[in-house]
Amino acid sequence: MTDNNKTDVIVVGAGPAGIACAITLARAGKEVVLIERGSFAGSKNVFGGAIYTQPTKEIFPDFETEAPVERCNIEHKFMILGKKDSTTITYRKEDNVSYSVIRAKFDRWMAEEAKKAGVILVEETVVKELIKNGTTVVGVRTELEDYFANIVILADGVNSLLARSIGLRKDIETRDVALSVKEVIKLDKDTINNRFNVGNSQGVIGEIFGGAMSGILGLGFMYTNVDSVTIGLGVTLDDLVENNYRPFEILEQLKQHPSIAPLIEGGTLKEYSAHLIPEGGYRKVPQLCDNGVMVIGDAAMLVNNLHWEGTNLAMISGKLAGETAIQALDKENYSKKTLCEYEKALKKSFIMKDLKTYKDLMNIAHARKKAFMGYYLNKINSFFEMFTSVNSIPKKEGYHKFIKSIFTDRKFTELLKDIWALLRLIWSILL
Amino acid sequence: MNIDKKLFTLKYSPDIQSHLKPNKKDCKNCKTKACTFICPAQVYEWSEEKQELIVRYENCLECGACRIACEHKSLDWKYPKGTKGVTFKQG
Repeated sequence: MTDNNKTDVIVVGAGPAGIACAITLARAGKEVVLIERGSFAGSKNVFGGAIYTQPTKEIFPDFETEAPVERCNIEHKFMILGKKDSTTITYRKEDNVSYSVIRAKFDRWMAEEAKKAGVILVEETVVKELIKNGTTVVGVRTELEDYFANIVILADGVNSLLARSIGLRKDIETRDVALSVKEVIKLDKDTINNRFNVGNSQGVIGEIFGGAMSGILGLGFMYTNVDSVTIGLGVTLDDLVENNYRPFEILEQLKQHPSIAPLIEGGTLKEYSAHLIPEGGYRKVPQLCDNGVMVIGDAAMLVNNLHWEGTNLAMISGKLAGETAIQALDKENYSKKTLCEYEKALKKSFIMKDLKTYKDLMNIAHARKKAFMGYYLNKINSFFEMFTSVNSIPKKEGYHKFIKSIFTDRKFTELLKDIWALLRLIWSILL
Repeated sequence: MNIDKKLFTLKYSPDIQSHLKPNKKDCKNCKTKACTFICPAQVYEWSEEKQELIVRYENCLECGACRIACEHKSLDWKYPKGTKGVTFKQG
């Protein structure tokens, strides 16, 4: 850095997006300062639990052998909870699509790799505001000093007060974020292996529908770590507000479900945590670039909630912004027009294509949540209850009663609305 | 398990000043008082006696939900200083 505190690029936030961006720049020989508000990278970060192999390899080709990963996920469980019963679909394949990780360890490792590549990491530093010269962002103001750069990249997470402060985004609405609470529960390795039917380094992902989250836009999750199990849930903030719910009470209910409780029984709580998940989708992606500035990762709303993807979108958006910054530095042109190459690259990538595919998902989900997150989930469980009952009632009667119930416990017009919503959703996804 | 026991698992280095500043006038007129139940750390409690929010900012998990849920959009919400606040070891 020169005497006047000026560098090529400043990246704000050392999460997956910021680190991927900074390391991309450093590897190209650019001078990058990465500013992190926590005492170390990862110390303020929380997520469900898995990082994805292919996109992570694009940034860290050898992470599978070098990074502190927990377990390689070989099984994906989809659990639909009723009041006391549940139906589970399990997909199992001994493959390496994803790994469970603990962010305090994994993000810290990524940041160390970035430092090895030449990134200057500044920890325990909050960026208070952006410094502008006319319409161009030229630096950041921290608690202690001002730093200047040709380009400032905002990877400051879901709240992104910085993007908002310069008008790149509006204030977030309660329907556009989910509040997630989670617990990491200590259990010994063999107990986890036995309960989840896996080997020492193998893990399981559980996606949990219904139960304590019946009828609201909320999903539970479960991940296995080396010697702990993560259980948590995310509920859209508007549902919490409207229903007067306390998030940790929903989590307590979830943990007590007879299909969940045995999996974590006897464990001790290692850590409780909470975080927001950006779920506004395609329509709520903010302005991504302006003179001297770009926005990446959660700060740019880049989350594909239906597929539990976020860190991968963060890393790849960071890489693409980094590549655009390299070109801009080579041309010595930091205008909005030059930096918007990043937006174009994002649109060509799976990131914006996937967000666009699901652009109507959240609107439809919000409108029909009682049906799709409540009624039909219960119906799946009652179907299997009927199918597995042995009660000397002729089977035909059971079927007839089940089919009749669909038409009697739900208004015909509501049924039509459900079918219409489903068709609209499928139409919007596939075409 | 109650929330205090959950929060006890976390490492905090609290500041001496709050980074969360509700607007007292707006709080009095607030109908939902959403912050008092949506907060995952139960930072906010309404005191009927004082007619203001009790803010246990030292328990804050820095998620930002209260700022977004604030009915009057008037909660002055900042991140704690660089050396302060929560540290997640298992995030």
